[in-house]
Amino acid sequence: MSEDPTLKSALARLAPTFLPDGDGIDGLKRLSGGASQETWAFNATGLNGAQRALILRRAPDGVADARSENAITLDQEAQLIEAAAAAGAPVPDIVHVCAPDDRIGEAFVMGRVAGETIARKILRDEAFAAARAALPAQCGAALAKIHAMDAATFEDLPVSSGLDQLDRYKTLYLSFDTPRPVLDLAMSWLAANAPAPLPNVLVHGDFRLGNLMVDENGLAAVLDWELAHIGDPREDLAWICVNSWRFGQTDKRVGGFGDLEPLLEAYAAEGGASFSPADIDWWEILGSLKWGVMCMMMYESYRTGANLSIERAMIGRRVSETEIDLINLLEQV
Amino acid sequence: MHDQPSPAELVVGVRRFLEETTGAEPSAYTAFLTRVSINALQTVERDLAARAGAEAAERAGLAPLAGGDPDASLESLRRKLCDRIRAGEVDLSTPGLLAHLKSTTIAQAKVDQPRYSGLKTALERTE
Repeated sequence: MSEDPTLKSALARLAPTFLPDGDGIDGLKRLSGGASQETWAFNATGLNGAQRALILRRAPDGVADARSENAITLDQEAQLIEAAAAAGAPVPDIVHVCAPDDRIGEAFVMGRVAGETIARKILRDEAFAAARAALPAQCGAALAKIHAMDAATFEDLPVSSGLDQLDRYKTLYLSFDTPRPVLDLAMSWLAANAPAPLPNVLVHGDFRLGNLMVDENGLAAVLDWELAHIGDPREDLAWICVNSWRFGQTDKRVGGFGDLEPLLEAYAAEGGASFSPADIDWWEILGSLKWGVMCMMMYESYRTGANLSIERAMIGRRVSETEIDLINLLEQV
Repeated sequence: MHDQPSPAELVVGVRRFLEETTGAEPSAYTAFLTRVSINALQTVERDLAARAGAEAAERAGLAPLAGGDPDASLESLRRKLCDRIRAGEVDLSTPGLLAHLKSTTIAQAKVDQPRYSGLKTALERTE
């Protein structure tokens, strides 16, 4: 999995695109399975020891149609990241969008931003103490800039609001034909108590630790745009609050590192709408429900034999994590 | 108590992993799957120890809320309760509903993820 000579030679041919006098690449390494995209790290090399640290994102084995149902194309992802940079959000530089002649498949190359994505390190290591203090306001500011992007420019992105998502996840849940009363109770409460929709914005769709590059100063880059869509701004503000994404630090509502108030203050100060923490509650419950149904869906791929990895089986035992969170949340509404 | 995946499915998954990786060069990914396999077997141990008691308690709480034959299968009682929730016949305000779901979910999470932060929160609030 970590070596791929065909990919290496294809990238090496592009070296002059990556570096003036670029003459090759080294250190090609697969970073993660990713939900639907492959991520590879490598360095472009040039004369006199010049190097540029880069990341390749591509569709699995270069094939575009294997991605999850709601993911956007890599082409759209590259365009979004460039637009986010123009809007002032911290994102990697897009270096090259691959063409068919590159023989890499559907893919793009971006700058490798230094830092850490592993949530437990960001939440526990002393080296990130200052970052943790800065992150709530930085996340609020970044989301305000993302939500201020011109959604009309991206008219081919999926559109889904809170109730659309509730419907979609309910349909998925019902398709498994596995009665779980906590999920039904959460869905019926959400349907009965939905807040009035807000005007659509560009939503990142997976804004949480794991998808944020964090260095000792805090937020360095917002990654993983493949679930971007047009929808309600509160979805992004709430997803990072979902208890599963606090990684054990449950007393810090935002990502396990901070409070929601400074995030919302920075969000409003950077031009976002003015929200109170209570405005986020419904969306946090929706977020826990969605993660629970996603866990069921991943287990389903084991049950049906589509994916026989023990990891897929075990994720079925994480549905109860979201059920206990839903109970804790529904007790307080 | 839910059984997706069941102890049998977990044991098969771990066995399959061991068969596939025996003699193979260890990699970071097989090390990860080894840890997942250990967790899976620990889940099986907890499941075998807890299921009979948890299901008896679940049945006692579920039968009156579901309004069905108390001797019916747990799955069919659960299905009845889900139908009643979907029909709006029971909701958060129904006496005993949230308490029942909380105790069954605590029992489930103790088997599935005994160190999960949300389980601690639920237990602290119950005390």
